[in-house]
Amino acid sequence: MKSRIDARFAALKAEDRAAFVAYVMAGDPNRATALDILKGLPAAGADLIELGFPFSDPMAEGPPIQKAAQRALKDGMTLKGVLDLAAEFRQGDDTTPLILMGYLNPLVTWGFEAFAQAASASGIDGLIVVDCPPEEADPLADALDAADISLIRLATPTTDDRRLPVVLRRTSGFVYYVSVTGVTGAKEADAEAVRPAVARIRAASGLPVAVGFGIRTPERAGAIAQVADAAVVGSALVDEVAEALERNEDVTARVLSKVRSLAKAVRLARVPPLPA
Amino acid sequence: MNAPTHPQAPPATPNDFAAYPDANGRFGQFGGRYVAETLMPLVLDLEAAYLATKEDAAFQAELNGLLTHYVGRPSPLYFAERLTDHFGGAKIYFKREDLNHTGAHKINNCIGQILLARKMGKTRIIAETGAGQHGVATATVCARFGLPCVVYMGAVDVARQRPNVFRMNLLGAEVTPVTSGASTLKDAMNEALRDWVTNVEDTYYLIGSAAGPHPYPMMVRDFQAIMGREIREQILEAEGRLPDAVVACVGGGSNAIGTFHPFLNDEQVRIIGVEAAGDGMGTDRHAAAINGGRPGVLHGNKTYLLQDAEGQITEAHSISAGLDYPGIGPEHSWLHDVGRAQYLTCTDTEALDAFKLCAELEGIIPALESAHAIARLSDIARDVGKGGVVVMNLSGRGDKDVATVADHLGRTI
Ligand SMILES: Cc1ncc(COP(=O)(O)O)c(C=O)c1O
Repeated sequence: MKSRIDARFAALKAEDRAAFVAYVMAGDPNRATALDILKGLPAAGADLIELGFPFSDPMAEGPPIQKAAQRALKDGMTLKGVLDLAAEFRQGDDTTPLILMGYLNPLVTWGFEAFAQAASASGIDGLIVVDCPPEEADPLADALDAADISLIRLATPTTDDRRLPVVLRRTSGFVYYVSVTGVTGAKEADAEAVRPAVARIRAASGLPVAVGFGIRTPERAGAIAQVADAAVVGSALVDEVAEALERNEDVTARVLSKVRSLAKAVRLARVPPLPA
Repeated sequence: MNAPTHPQAPPATPNDFAAYPDANGRFGQFGGRYVAETLMPLVLDLEAAYLATKEDAAFQAELNGLLTHYVGRPSPLYFAERLTDHFGGAKIYFKREDLNHTGAHKINNCIGQILLARKMGKTRIIAETGAGQHGVATATVCARFGLPCVVYMGAVDVARQRPNVFRMNLLGAEVTPVTSGASTLKDAMNEALRDWVTNVEDTYYLIGSAAGPHPYPMMVRDFQAIMGREIREQILEAEGRLPDAVVACVGGGSNAIGTFHPFLNDEQVRIIGVEAAGDGMGTDRHAAAINGGRPGVLHGNKTYLLQDAEGQITEAHSISAGLDYPGIGPEHSWLHDVGRAQYLTCTDTEALDAFKLCAELEGIIPALESAHAIARLSDIARDVGKGGVVVMNLSGRGDKDVATVADHLGRTI
């Protein structure tokens, strides 16, 4: 069976447009709202979904996602709870790829094999683990392979030609290019600086390349969508949650409205192909 | 394949402890390099640069010169006669790291790493600190070599270690209070890692304990092992034999591993670390990763950690800011698992009593961290017995702690 990730990127390639990837934190600000947001994401224009699972010490996260994880943990979210949320989403959507993103220790605690089987049964398609570089990833990769889940690798501005093959070993689905050195939500990605990196990674991997960590606005998302296969936005969406809470507004509506504006920018980014 | 938390077989005791870590930075199942991909090339570079210094005679000469003339090494090995009499067991010796420049063992590691940072062409230094001793030592070497220095320190620790914050400022360092999490050492380390991942070109992360991703646990151990080597020489001179036991308090584990490492292959020497038990091991307010935690991954390495059933890291609690950390260096986790070292605990109250006892009997005000090791000496000296010899690493002096202690005694100063 073709994976949901491969199918989605193939379909978008046929349309000649980049994917818009929405990152949300599972359980932020609470389970019910997070589920509402999740269910609304595809219609609002998210082509793929990255579902953050909270960790107490997210060392590559800036304040927005740190706080989102704290809100989710405070509301009682667990890794098991994240998979339940995913499974509930899957009941109404069998095509949008769902990628978990987080840190290693909750997975170590569960046990890689049991976790991978449970994740697969919940309709998870891919996994990104920020603090598990390829050198440490084999036991996890074995468990994910057995469960048909893609281990999505991160390439960064510090990944030189010598290191790139190490990073790409045993990867599938797509490659995530961290476009800035820094934590999430801090610096802004420069499309022109990103262009050669994306081309290099695409050539070396034969996989679609998603770009994230430095995209907050529709303008930036549009610019990145011209050079990459996918634009990922996380901190800016999570900030909408925080702001809605602060102003006592409808959290779901606020997040989905932001998703619509970002997704629109990604969809309009490339000039339609001329008829052959 | 099983997740690596479930070792297939009980680990066999290695016959050469000096051969660890392996090429992947592993001590058995512990250690490794669990960092964000952005940092991977940096830790690999660091490892190569560090290994090159071992063959670099000029580097070693400069290191030794500074340790002698700037730090004041070798530190004395002192026979604590009145404590020995008081406990009525084995002879007790203190390795006097409290007499070092800046008042603790932390400077040994900082001298080594600042020379390495210079050699690597780095122009900005960052560090995390708990008690502030490592922050002060880092600020000191940065002043000495004219490098800008940013120290991350939990806001709670900033409040309870005021004198050290001021010392760092005097030395020209910028102290950045960290308010995430419990605002203590763990959170300061998160923030330092976030700085490093942001400033990859020019910045050197000077980690203060034998923790973090490989090569830090190995490198910090090596720079601190000068203490254990000196103890070996000094005790042979004083007693004509090796000690029966070496004892040290364990936060991240640098003063302990530096003391222990040169003795690991001497089977007859008992190796004893003391973890902080805070309010007590029966409570959830302690900082004893080995005695009260289980293996997991945090801050770049696999090691024993305080964590809940879900793998969320829990807050550590100790009266001593330098021990207030939910993890422990990976080599200690391994020494525990293979049975080469023993890890005891000591509560806040016991540490305070030992603090006072040491001041009154020996005229030495120890760091609260070191007081945790002193507190266990009574049992250890009795266990080893008369005619035996115990060496304890007095890792630092207690000037920084007098306000905390006064507070606990209900006194105002
Ligand atoms: C005097 C002293 N001893 C011990 C420690 C604990 O650190 P480690 O376990 O790395 O020696 C500290 C940390 O600040 C300290 O200042």
